[in-house]
Amino acid sequence: MPNNKKMYDKGKVVAGLCIFVVLITFPFWFNLGKAAPVPEPKLSDKAKAAKECVMPKAYMKAEHMQILNEWRDTVVRDAKRIYTNPSGKKFNMSLSNTCLDCHTEKAEFCDACHNYASVTPYCWDCHIDPKEAK
Amino acid sequence: MKSSRRRFLKIAGISALGLGTKPVLDVMASSGEMAAPKTTKGENALVAQRWGMIIDTRKLQSEEDLEPMIEICDKIHNVPKFENKNHEVKWLWEEEFKHVFPMQEQDFLGYRLKHMSFLTLCNHCEKAPCVRVCPTKATFKREDGIVLMDFHRCIGCRFCMAACPYGSRSFNFRDPRPFIKETNPDFPTRTKGVVEKCNFCAERLAVGKIPACVEVSKGALTFGDLDDPESEVRKVLRNNYTIRRKPALGTGPSVFYIV
Repeated sequence: MPNNKKMYDKGKVVAGLCIFVVLITFPFWFNLGKAAPVPEPKLSDKAKAAKECVMPKAYMKAEHMQILNEWRDTVVRDAKRIYTNPSGKKFNMSLSNTCLDCHTEKAEFCDACHNYASVTPYCWDCHIDPKEAK
Repeated sequence: MKSSRRRFLKIAGISALGLGTKPVLDVMASSGEMAAPKTTKGENALVAQRWGMIIDTRKLQSEEDLEPMIEICDKIHNVPKFENKNHEVKWLWEEEFKHVFPMQEQDFLGYRLKHMSFLTLCNHCEKAPCVRVCPTKATFKREDGIVLMDFHRCIGCRFCMAACPYGSRSFNFRDPRPFIKETNPDFPTRTKGVVEKCNFCAERLAVGKIPACVEVSKGALTFGDLDDPESEVRKVLRNNYTIRRKPALGTGPSVFYIV
């Protein structure tokens, strides 16, 4: 029986495969160790002094977009503008006037994470960062 | 009782089940403890069944009388000023008799009416056609009669502009921000591609203030609850002959004019 396991052009094929693998994995090893560090949103002095946000920190971190959506709907649709949190503290439901009043540095607080996560909320197309307005 | 393997296993199984439910019950109990957040109206919020306005044109003789009202409205609501008339954004504006009251023109109309400027705004109609046609329910009628816009929901189809017989709605053909002289940080701007109009100062009513135009009108405008027979607007309506814009269309405007 003839040996049919013979590989034609072995040298070229293996070399080609090596080059192919190197090229296809290029983005991975080229960027190795260069990943942008996870940004830490910087709290303004006023936010630090307040200690607690509308809801506990963990909840705000994960659910702030849901809260903002609820706020938006209750303010616009139901004309209710006062939010009483579980500990009984009252807030005016306003992105520009309540959230940004404490979190004064939008660029270091909101944008830092949003840019990292590559999300572009369109809040700021209409809602004003009081700092930018000045 | 005779203890057997079978019996022992039965009791062990039931006990395990009992212990297993404890964490579940704990979670349920703790979620009940944290009071749910509440949303309420502000303490000073002005409420009504149906907000309405009366414009006493006898007290608004010249354009200079209208200017302060239009100015304050544009300023607090971040209304842009476009050079191009086709791009104009109007909340509160002036118009001549023949455009405000077409079909209500008489022969030999008095000089004063023919040549004066009338204050025009969204009529916050009882049966608002803009609300009917809006495909996304971005425009809706609030419980207190205000026809309000949810800019978040507006897709810019402009059906409402076609439906409104009063031209009270304006479309943002371009980004309005560069065309706002002084931005009021307390009120959002709009963005390109949404329709906007007068909101009867809903944001001011929520904090107990009457609309800004009424406040600076020196008594020419009256604002109040049309459903309350004792309200100021009803008193003025009782004592004066008033007309509304395009009554034959059956939209039921909430803005009345004393001419």
